[in-house]
Amino acid sequence: MLLLLTVHLAAALAAPALVSVLGRRAFWVLALAPASAAVWALTWTQQVQAGKGPVEQVEWIPALGLELTFRLDTLSWFMTLVVGGVGALVLVYCAGYFSPTAHGLGRFGGVFVAFAGAMLGLVTADDMLLLFVFWELTTVTSYVLIGHYAERKASRRAAMQAIVITTAGGLAMLVGVVLLGEAAGTYRMSEVIADPPMGAATTAAIVCLLLGAATKSALLPFHFWLPAAMAAPTPVSAYLHAAAMVKAGVYLVARFAPAFATQPVWRWTVVVLGCGTLLLGGYRALRQHDLKLVLAFGTVSQLGLLILLVGLGTQATALAGLAMIGAHAMFKASLFLVVGVVDAATGTRDLRRLSGVGRELPLTALAGGLATASMIGLIPFAGYVAKEAGLEGIVHLDEGALGTVVLVAFSVGSVLTVAYGLRLWWGAFATKPAVVPESTAGDPAQGPPLHEGAHEDATPAPITHPTLLLVWPAMILAVLGLAVALLPQLGEHLLAPYADTYPLGEPGHLVLWAGFTPVFALTVGILAAGALLFVVRARVERWQSGLYRGPEADSVYRKFMRRLDDLAADVTAVTQRGSLPLYLGVVLLVFVGSVAGVILTQTTVAEPVTRWDHPGQLVFAAVAVTSAILAARARRRLKAVILLGIGGYAVAGIFLLHGAPDLALTQVLVETVTLVVFVLVLRRLPPYFSDRPLAASRWVRLGLGLAVGLTVAGIALVAPGARVHAPVSEHFAEEAVAWGGGKNIVNVTLVDIRAWDTMGEISVLLVAATGVASLVFLSRRGGAIFRAGDAPDDRAVWGGSDDPMAALRRPPGSTQQPAPSSASRDRLWLSAGRTLAPQRRSVIFEVVVRLLFHTMLVYSIYLLFSGHNAPGGGFAAGLVTGIALIVRYLAGGRYELGEAAPVQPGLLLGLGLFLSAGVGLLAQLVGGSVLQSWIIDIHLPVVGDIHLVTSLFFDVGVYLVVVGLVLDILRSLGAEIDRRAETGEDDQSVDEELAEADRLLAEKVGGGPS
Amino acid sequence: MSPNLVLVVAIAVLFTVGVYLLLERSLTRVLIGVILLGNGANLLFLVAGGAAGRPPIVGATPEGQMSDPLPQAMVLTAIVITLGLSAFLLAMAYRSWQLHRHDEVQDDVEDRRIARLAAIDVRATTDADTEGTGRSIDEEAAEIRDETDEGAPARTPGEGER
Repeated sequence: MLLLLTVHLAAALAAPALVSVLGRRAFWVLALAPASAAVWALTWTQQVQAGKGPVEQVEWIPALGLELTFRLDTLSWFMTLVVGGVGALVLVYCAGYFSPTAHGLGRFGGVFVAFAGAMLGLVTADDMLLLFVFWELTTVTSYVLIGHYAERKASRRAAMQAIVITTAGGLAMLVGVVLLGEAAGTYRMSEVIADPPMGAATTAAIVCLLLGAATKSALLPFHFWLPAAMAAPTPVSAYLHAAAMVKAGVYLVARFAPAFATQPVWRWTVVVLGCGTLLLGGYRALRQHDLKLVLAFGTVSQLGLLILLVGLGTQATALAGLAMIGAHAMFKASLFLVVGVVDAATGTRDLRRLSGVGRELPLTALAGGLATASMIGLIPFAGYVAKEAGLEGIVHLDEGALGTVVLVAFSVGSVLTVAYGLRLWWGAFATKPAVVPESTAGDPAQGPPLHEGAHEDATPAPITHPTLLLVWPAMILAVLGLAVALLPQLGEHLLAPYADTYPLGEPGHLVLWAGFTPVFALTVGILAAGALLFVVRARVERWQSGLYRGPEADSVYRKFMRRLDDLAADVTAVTQRGSLPLYLGVVLLVFVGSVAGVILTQTTVAEPVTRWDHPGQLVFAAVAVTSAILAARARRRLKAVILLGIGGYAVAGIFLLHGAPDLALTQVLVETVTLVVFVLVLRRLPPYFSDRPLAASRWVRLGLGLAVGLTVAGIALVAPGARVHAPVSEHFAEEAVAWGGGKNIVNVTLVDIRAWDTMGEISVLLVAATGVASLVFLSRRGGAIFRAGDAPDDRAVWGGSDDPMAALRRPPGSTQQPAPSSASRDRLWLSAGRTLAPQRRSVIFEVVVRLLFHTMLVYSIYLLFSGHNAPGGGFAAGLVTGIALIVRYLAGGRYELGEAAPVQPGLLLGLGLFLSAGVGLLAQLVGGSVLQSWIIDIHLPVVGDIHLVTSLFFDVGVYLVVVGLVLDILRSLGAEIDRRAETGEDDQSVDEELAEADRLLAEKVGGGPS
Repeated sequence: MSPNLVLVVAIAVLFTVGVYLLLERSLTRVLIGVILLGNGANLLFLVAGGAAGRPPIVGATPEGQMSDPLPQAMVLTAIVITLGLSAFLLAMAYRSWQLHRHDEVQDDVEDRRIARLAAIDVRATTDADTEGTGRSIDEEAAEIRDETDEGAPARTPGEGER
């Protein structure tokens, strides 16, 4: 069966190419896929008959116990024949039906075959979860098929409606499947049915499964999607809505009926849904004017009948139900195809405009006639045999009142079927005296009056002749409906094995002629009543349209969807408040609620609690705590930031006392850089925090803060004692030396033992750096590099406000500005120092920087190389280099920064990441694992022994990324903001600019202010 | 292993103040809160890793006296990431100043709009495909035409192209 599914999949994938090469003839090729399924099923007939059908099993996800299990028993065999046979015929029909220029044929063919494949999988799957997967696949493919004419609103609506309803049912079914599988302990359908579980869970599962079946098979109250789905092309209606998809629900009921038919909940649901749908569909079919809609409501009615027959649980009705499935597939698909021919020939499906079609298209009319005869149950057609068997079975139901109700519903439903069946054939093919074909009537306006029920403006449709190819598939199906009825014993022989698995009643029989029994009399009565109903159709129609219709299911559905949307909006409005503090507050509350509870009830404080490990900790902790509290109370931004920095340095002290020199070093460096970055941005922000009246929420915030703080303190008290395993780092010391070739364990951990983490981390840095640059430069990754040579001569960098000291700078007695200094006089300590405004220069600073810069660089390189064995490493080294660049920038402005680092930071970042990753990959290329280190010891004559570890290159990568980050910060938050301040670009906020633009536009449009 | 009371108190205060500032509207204060939280979390890592010890450097410290190197490696990366985060938030603060002349985090306008529309039961978007049209399926069906062959006019009775 997997092979067949693969064939379907391949055909579906190849369909667009096939159609583009062969045009609509490609449908002939595509038809081979479902045909192969039908032929395959036929070859297995003998074995299936003997109960030895094939079983295929493929492991799918062994860990979850999921497997692809397929099994061919009588029911699956029968459904495969129906699905494959009708599918092939409908595909052949497509080859003649669509115009060669029709759009989207490739997609249509592909989805159609994919649907056939999904349907095949559905009816042969033995695993309930697999069944569900195929169930949903049919839903999705049918969505595409119903919405084939996507440019039409009606198609889109119908497709959306169908998928919403069938998916909702499918989800209910999934719940049922899981409930059932868990109750039974297995998901194998054959095992569940052989030994069905009992209990409340099973009852719930049954309801869920029946809900799924009801949506798929368009039962009350979900029936309305099926008539709406007639917006699909007619072949789709013929296949999906007659033979295949809507039968999936019937299949599901038939599959589980042997196990659950005796349960009251099953029985009542089936009877109510079946009878209700049977009657409603037939009643509604009587008043439709569109031939496809007559068929659609007829199908709804027949689906109710099928569910009733296969769900009642007796062997006799089950046999009748199976026979009916086959008969219905033949006559209903045939009728849809016939209606398609009529539609193609006349351009309308409105039975008020059709006349004389039967005379022009006798073969089509014959096929339609045969199929109709089968549908209304005329002897000797398949429909008759099935219906007789059904009546026989129902008459012998031992159910008392329930049996009577079912019998009455069945009879009335059959009467309605006869009436709408006759009306359908008459509407499509009869030559109505009042409607004369245009070809013979000349001007229709002067012709005789139209027949009853017709619109004033209705004109009889002209008739053309479509290709014969369209008639044959319908004819084959219709004749088959006659042929199988002539061999009822064969049908009984083939289908009885499954019907015999039903729990109730006696085995039924399929016979063509059972003699003059009461049941035969009932059949004759039904036919007569139906014919009478047809004869008085005009009166029935008038009576129906005068009757109160009650709310249409369709509009109820729309109202429900509307309410659902409103509810969703309300829920969104309540939960998505758009307030960051609120969201954070909720997150923190959940944190406190979940963690504090556990800490209070289930943990103990680790003993003993020491006051401190080192008295110095008290000093540093006091500084950190005090500065944090003062920072929170500060009203001035700069004050808060400086206090934050002090706290950060204190934390570095704690690190140092804790025995973490690497952390202390990094913390001090980061704190320094952070301080500078803050100051760079604070230049732009208002000096004080805004005076918003936040006092009201202040205590709430403080309370939440205290709650979080206490919770975390609880964690800190509990965590040290909670350890049950030896630390991962137990053996880091030996490993660091043996494998990483370094003595500083923290650094070896970063570049070797846990190098993947570091790799991820420097990627984050790269993203952050890019984010900073993007937020400032907006449309570019980075601006131009400012070189000293490009600087203008006006010495304006950081000029800003008037120079209060200008008078002092002038030579005594002069009121002139000093002439621009010549290069010789302005002995340069920094190459771009002259670009600064005079009042911003500081000779001392420049001299110090001049002396310090290179020293710092050398120191950073020392840290980089020694980091493997002593505190230091790529991060610290990168930060020291970054601080060196910061100092250059602070002393000499943005041109000085350009002189110090004439590269784009993106280059450094990329190079760094590339180097780190490259080292890792290289290790793998030479045969190690990714990021493995190699230790190389070389002896050089003068330098001495060199102990080189390849992870050094990884650390160099880290170094470059950190330098790139700092450079990016300086260039965007430093240099670029400087430039904008000097050009005045930032002096107007974008809000103001937009308002200004709006005003100008309004003036222009309004012809100026008046 | 034993917790260290001084550090526990420091952690608690850093978290309390950090959360207090985090719930503010000014982005600068939020950022200060985040950094304080970061410092607190880093200390928490150290405390959870065990008591203080000597630097974890082979050769300089006997193995029994070393502090746990693993949390240190984690905290080291966390410190540097905090730098990247601070820079990013500051860039956002600057951008906010550029747009609105302040650095306060405003409520999301789109969320507000949806809430307002929900309160008066008006839809935020219109979806013509799912709205009812007031037409019956019979009327809609009359418009549906498949893309079929036009067929040839009837010359002689019977089907097929002749």
